Amino acid sequence: MAYVLKERHPDLPPPRSEVGVLGWLRRNLFSTWYNTLFTLVTAYLLWLALPPFFEWAVLHAHYAGEGRQACAGGGACWVFIGDRLPQFFYGFYPAAERWRVDLGFALFVPLIAYLHLPRVRFKLWVGAFTLFVYPVIAYYLFAGGVFGLPAVPTSQWGGLMLTLILAFTGIVGALPLGVLLALGRRSSLPVLRSVSVAFIELWRGVPLITVLFMSSVLLPLFLPTGVEIDKLLRALIAIALFQAAYIAEVVRGGLQAIPKGQFEAAQALGLTYPQSMALVIMPQALKIAIPGIIVTFIELFKDTSLVVIIGLMDLLGITQAALNDPKWLGFAAEGYLFAGLIYWIFCFGLSRYGLYLERRFHTGHRR
Amino acid sequence: MKIIKILAASAAIASLSMAANAHAGKTLDAVKAKGYVQCGVNTGLPGFSSVNSQGKWTGLDVDVCRAIAAAVFGDASKVHYTPLTAKERFTALQSGEIDVLSRNTTWTMTRDTSLGLSFTGVNYYDGQGFLVKKSLGVNSAKQLNGATFCIQAGTTTELNLADYMRSHHMKYQAVTFDTSDATAKAFDNGRCDVLTSDQSQLYALRTQLKNPASAVVLPEVISKEPLGPVVRSNDIEWFNLVKWVGFAMKNAEWLGVTSKNVAEMKKSSNPNIQRLLGVSGDFGKMIGVSNDWAYNIVAQVGNYGESFERNVGMDSPLKIKRGLNALWTQGGIQYAPPIR
Amino acid sequence: MADGVTDKTPWWLNQRLRGFFAQALVIAVTAGFLAFLAYNTQVNMQARGITNSLDFFSQEAGFGIIQSLIPYSPTSTYAQAFLVGLTNTLFISAVGIVLATLLGLLVGIARLSSNWLVSRLAGAYVEIFRNTPLLLQIFFFYFAVMQALPAVRQSLDVGGLMFVNNRGVYLPRPVPEPAFWAVVGALFIAIAASLWLARWARRRQEATGQPFPVFWSGAALVIVLPLVVYFIVGQPLRWSVPHLAGFNFRGGMVAIPEFTALLLALTIYTAASIAEIVRSGIQAVSHGQTEAALSLGLPQWRVLQLVVLPQALRVIIPPMTSQYLNLTKNSSLATAVGYPDLVSVFAGTTLNQTGQAVVIIGITMGVYLTISLSISLLMNLYNKRVRLVER
Repeated sequence: MAYVLKERHPDLPPPRSEVGVLGWLRRNLFSTWYNTLFTLVTAYLLWLALPPFFEWAVLHAHYAGEGRQACAGGGACWVFIGDRLPQFFYGFYPAAERWRVDLGFALFVPLIAYLHLPRVRFKLWVGAFTLFVYPVIAYYLFAGGVFGLPAVPTSQWGGLMLTLILAFTGIVGALPLGVLLALGRRSSLPVLRSVSVAFIELWRGVPLITVLFMSSVLLPLFLPTGVEIDKLLRALIAIALFQAAYIAEVVRGGLQAIPKGQFEAAQALGLTYPQSMALVIMPQALKIAIPGIIVTFIELFKDTSLVVIIGLMDLLGITQAALNDPKWLGFAAEGYLFAGLIYWIFCFGLSRYGLYLERRFHTGHRR
Repeated sequence: MKIIKILAASAAIASLSMAANAHAGKTLDAVKAKGYVQCGVNTGLPGFSSVNSQGKWTGLDVDVCRAIAAAVFGDASKVHYTPLTAKERFTALQSGEIDVLSRNTTWTMTRDTSLGLSFTGVNYYDGQGFLVKKSLGVNSAKQLNGATFCIQAGTTTELNLADYMRSHHMKYQAVTFDTSDATAKAFDNGRCDVLTSDQSQLYALRTQLKNPASAVVLPEVISKEPLGPVVRSNDIEWFNLVKWVGFAMKNAEWLGVTSKNVAEMKKSSNPNIQRLLGVSGDFGKMIGVSNDWAYNIVAQVGNYGESFERNVGMDSPLKIKRGLNALWTQGGIQYAPPIR
Repeated sequence: MADGVTDKTPWWLNQRLRGFFAQALVIAVTAGFLAFLAYNTQVNMQARGITNSLDFFSQEAGFGIIQSLIPYSPTSTYAQAFLVGLTNTLFISAVGIVLATLLGLLVGIARLSSNWLVSRLAGAYVEIFRNTPLLLQIFFFYFAVMQALPAVRQSLDVGGLMFVNNRGVYLPRPVPEPAFWAVVGALFIAIAASLWLARWARRRQEATGQPFPVFWSGAALVIVLPLVVYFIVGQPLRWSVPHLAGFNFRGGMVAIPEFTALLLALTIYTAASIAEIVRSGIQAVSHGQTEAALSLGLPQWRVLQLVVLPQALRVIIPPMTSQYLNLTKNSSLATAVGYPDLVSVFAGTTLNQTGQAVVIIGITMGVYLTISLSISLLMNLYNKRVRLVER
């Protein structure tokens, strides 16, 4: 009976082809013949594209020096970006006053950070402060003309600063209006409903650039003589109204997902319509709508670049202006890549933030 | 409560509109009240209106705006600029977005009569020409059959080109851009064979090429392009002011009054100079500003010749000769009625 | 007691009365606001001597347009210029929608691929292009890519038939002779026949359970029949090959760089969003469905075609509709690179030559609104059809 094992044979290691690097490769890249084909073709395409790009953007690039002479020969010319860097961030904002912009955005960071701490006190107040008081402070800080700060007209605002202002103000304006419109569209009152529907469909049906064009050159025709609104403000209002229509549709989606029982229960408790909306329906609806709102916000952030068509010098406008500088002709790729990277950082950050919120708010609906 | 507020607000707006409409047409009063001239200029055309990296505007057209501000406020810096593309410009002026349009705009009959706008004069006599690459080996516009042209949207250029090519039985393609920057860049990159625009612009745009020496301006001038400031037709007072600001600059050049000698010239015994600088007569009052209006223009902006040389002439990278734009006394056609 | 409560409800708390007043107020405010705008516009236009009129439509436009799908010359009227702009907008939107859908579908499926490299690449594509502004991409493709192509005389030559340079992509253009219509007719007959075949095959399968290779037989029919007719009637098709003459290439057909750059940007940008929609649509189909289908012995691609995609469509269609709308509206960014679309030709050049700002902007917005509502309507109809499948 010697051939009978007395103890359990130790487990054999899995075949070499199933574990480690080899196994991973086999499972993820070469599982079937067509997957192998895909892998090879993709790898070949990447091989064609990436090394030359890397060489151009990193290896053979020029980082330091003065003027365009520093960029002789192939390779990307990052000197150009460096030369224009302050403009990319501040536009034509006077150099001596740029600390005000820095301070304005520096104030914003702790506010947002505080709002994101879980379970802290006075959140409502801090939130209200961020939405209503902070913009006023920031406006006077940027525009000046009070407390001895030299006035800086909005026509000198530009670059990333202007993009951020447009995006922030746009969302702050669009959100409440969008919620109202969504409620209007779901209302049982036919007039209210049709006015909301007409408003939403009108704004969703026309391109933003025609709206911006109207706001920039045609608007004074619709207003009484002598009434003047700053060009930047008009663009802001146009963007906010435009995005409000999109927000309204997202919020409507959230409202539709709330069972009717919730509203009936709220009524049964004796809550009035505003109370039941504010305390019961909206918190749930907004929670569901959050991912959509973030997506709309990203769209808004990207759409701010259209103000270049009405002559505002946002990040893209400044990039265009820099590319037209006779001293720096021929660096279009560098300019667009840099501006694209900045936009990308913000939009990608926002989309990740949206995913995070989605997970954080995903309470109670989990199955 | 909310309802009452909304009602009150709309009532306020409505009454405001009534009150404001009573004053419709008083551009000068409105300008004085807000404290600056809102001036529509080109988004970027070296020599005529361009903004440097500090956000400061310069150029021949910009000087018109500054001269108006100098006449109205005694301070040439009280101007707010609205950069406009060619296709936005008339709408912006019609709607009241700007007070005056000084943006290398061609005076044509249609524009002068059917848009509700009026040209106040000519600050640059121009004509449409062609810019081509030297390497193309073309030396006359007659050889451009089948060529691709880069032009700017919403200009008389678009129409002139069509007329010219049709009358010479030539075929062409036109790529139309929003801004002169984009037009120049496309030409530079070889998107088109020819850049066609007003000749002055061609010289200006040529400085923006990677290698300005690689392109030449063809001898043909295919159109008349008198460029000048534009205002709304409904306000004759403002029209007169802008018109006479232009004349004052030309008269100053004729009389030899420059920004450097203007202070001494005040003591001049020449009655023409005395009237111009407000030493005698009440000419400022006639257009609703102070009598030293022309003094302020010349002192702060300069006379027409100075403005020309500084921005587009021999003191500038454009190096355009005076030619038609010399005074009538020097073989040109720039002429100003007398101040008396 | 309940009766007592209703009796004592003061009139201002009456639901219906409140609703009535709220609506009257909304009507009053809306109408008042519109009247306010209209009144101001009228006063301002009068004061500034502007008149609204549509007379300019019959006047000669007098400017050239680089690309037009309908006959147009500088002697045409503004009405024709308007139509050129409109058709150009519709054309680039339609091509863009088709290409973006195909690319988006491909990338969306690729993102769920089990192949690590493919799914990562698709992910990178989506994240890069979805998170940068479209206008920036348009500028990039136009100024940094298209204009960096070689000049006319140094064109990239593909077999002497296709030429690529910074003036466009030149391709041979088929020139049909009269007899070619027979081939087109044959094609239509073949399509009709294969549709009938498909119906017949479905009925037979439902009745007898016997499958029929509908796809292959249909494809064969559609390809072979016109080809046979083509050779029978004596190859009635010539090709106009582009060749260098004077300044530019002559003959053939050309995709101008303004069109190509805009189309590339619109397609790539929208496809990134569509890919996400497709991905989430497919993921919304319960995994049990896939497993069930696989256990029935269906091959992978049949599972996708017969089980997953039809169910995913229901989730996909509504957001897809808004992507199509976005693409159409975004095509108005053409004005930034000089593609002659509606905004560029009509709200740009025409507006400037005629000065009729209010009328022209009004018409432009009206046209976009009409296009948007039509696409919405079509997609809603399709959505209803897809939804009917649900039992």
